Amino acid sequence: MPGRPTVEKDRGEAQINPTKRTVLEVQNLSINYISEGKPPARAVENVSFTLKEGELIGLVGESGCGKTTLMLSLLRLLPSAGQIVDGKVFFNGKDLTTISEKELNKIRWKEISIVFQGAMNALNPVRTVGDQIAEAITKHMPDFPKDKIQGRVIELLDLVGIAADHKEHYPHQYSGGMRQRAMIAMALACNPQVIIADEPTTALDVMIQAQILELLDNLRKKLGLAIVFVTHDLGVVAEICDKVLVMYGGVTAEYADVDTIYNSARHPYTQELLKAFPDLTKPKKKLSSIPGYPPRLDALPDGCRFAPRCPVAIARCHTEQPMLHKLGDMHIASCHLVEASK
Amino acid sequence: MNRTRALIKKITWSIFTILFVIVLNFFLFRVLPGDPARAGIRDPRLKKEAVEMLRVRFGLDKQVINCFESLNPIKVGSCTVNPLDTQFFIYARNLLQGELGISYHTNRPVADVLAERLWNTVLLIGAGQILSIIIGVVFGVFAAWKARTSIDYVAVITSLMAWSLPTFWLAIILLFWGSNNGLPLAGKASPGSSALPLLQQWVDIARHMILPTLTYTIVYMGEYTLIMRSSLMDVLSEDYILTAKAKGLSTFQILKDHALKNAMLPLVTVIAINLGFTVAGAIQIEAVIFLARAGQRDF
Repeated sequence: MPGRPTVEKDRGEAQINPTKRTVLEVQNLSINYISEGKPPARAVENVSFTLKEGELIGLVGESGCGKTTLMLSLLRLLPSAGQIVDGKVFFNGKDLTTISEKELNKIRWKEISIVFQGAMNALNPVRTVGDQIAEAITKHMPDFPKDKIQGRVIELLDLVGIAADHKEHYPHQYSGGMRQRAMIAMALACNPQVIIADEPTTALDVMIQAQILELLDNLRKKLGLAIVFVTHDLGVVAEICDKVLVMYGGVTAEYADVDTIYNSARHPYTQELLKAFPDLTKPKKKLSSIPGYPPRLDALPDGCRFAPRCPVAIARCHTEQPMLHKLGDMHIASCHLVEASK
Repeated sequence: MNRTRALIKKITWSIFTILFVIVLNFFLFRVLPGDPARAGIRDPRLKKEAVEMLRVRFGLDKQVINCFESLNPIKVGSCTVNPLDTQFFIYARNLLQGELGISYHTNRPVADVLAERLWNTVLLIGAGQILSIIIGVVFGVFAAWKARTSIDYVAVITSLMAWSLPTFWLAIILLFWGSNNGLPLAGKASPGSSALPLLQQWVDIARHMILPTLTYTIVYMGEYTLIMRSSLMDVLSEDYILTAKAKGLSTFQILKDHALKNAMLPLVTVIAINLGFTVAGAIQIEAVIFLARAGQRDF
């Protein structure tokens, strides 16, 4: 991509490192939404990725492409209609799709926590924020000294820039950005190994957004926190992610490390997405957009799910679903054209 | 701190409300046509002096309030009377001292008339409300938790039926059932039971309460179950319940710590409204299962 700022090579210890332990491994995960009298809606199909200690993976795609479904399914938090029909989710070698609910409850929040999209309603309105953070600690760390819990809550709130006296306040007394940050503080409460962040910065202004990103980045460097970062914002992806999973209509479009995505993307959807992103080096250039809408889950095209909007689609794209093609050590794309040029 | 302030505010408002009701009720009966003394004793043979004596007995010879001799018909009186010697202020002072006056109808102290009947109503409503709240909340929680399962359907259909039953009809049905099972059908205690030891007296009263309380409980249980169920189902679909689930809390903990408190709000409102209605008289139940209660006082 000429003219696009190349991503710096020097990313410190967070650089993809083969010696690091794999914490989360998603293998061929497929999720259907089942409703009576209708064929199942294939919301997510055959998605795989791995996450190592201290790594940050960006999950990118338009609204409705299955990002949130995928994220919720990792901890089996989907509503009862959403069912994992295939695939596995390994966390430190344990398959989260098969273990008992009781065992899973020990992993939820303690090891893998979630920052929900739109934290507006993600906090209980009738309990104080401090109380809700403390709840996570008392639930998962029964040995934590009782008299130090309040201190820990203050410390966590301080970490995300919320003054200690807000601890006793109710969510409605918080601004939107504060709630989002309180949510992040709560996610950090038990020192988890993985944080799943579903668009954690979309409701925030740029200053706070930068602070939060910096905070997450520091935490993974310091504590080896692994992060799944769901976002629309390719700028954020370029700034902090190690790997990127581009999803389209519930399937993997492209999966690669961030350099490859920005500099040699192979899937037409990734290429179009990048074109739709402002380029600072060419301020006069017009931004392009991808015409059309993502496919409806109840009316998926026969062939490639992107084919109806793809500028370079060939006849085969409309009839046959492309396979996931391995293009390198850490580069996967699902496109017939990739296969043709291989 | 916040709680104390809210409480003080509420209490202040209720005092104002009560004051308003007292003033309104006092003047309402003065503005309405008909002399209480005359209305109470419907006997044309009474002599004028006797009526006048009755007026003195009920304090009706005094001025209603400063400047007004009476309000119906409006008769302007002296404005220089000692305000404390007018009907309104005597009434207010007596009220403050817990003195409710003498009934025009029965010629007995109002406080006594109320006390003997109010106690029955309070017993019935207290027992009925507590039972129906407990049963209703438990059923409602189960129905919402097991939504769209057979447990849920059974709970909803039962509650709908219970709630839509006409109260008097349910009471009649229960009377049949009660008479077949040897339960007392009327009255508050068996004749002569006051001679029994205290414990047996209580058992006797409890047995007399079974039918009315049961009627009351069944009807209100249906309402509370339905409200609890729909309110809890709303809450369970909220985002913060998903957060609680993601936090690894068990279903029981989610219900107890995150859902119930929030879902109780509509129920608390309805209970408060019902209490207001029912203290005014569980008339239908009382009319069928004959008991002298305050409800019939207002009937």
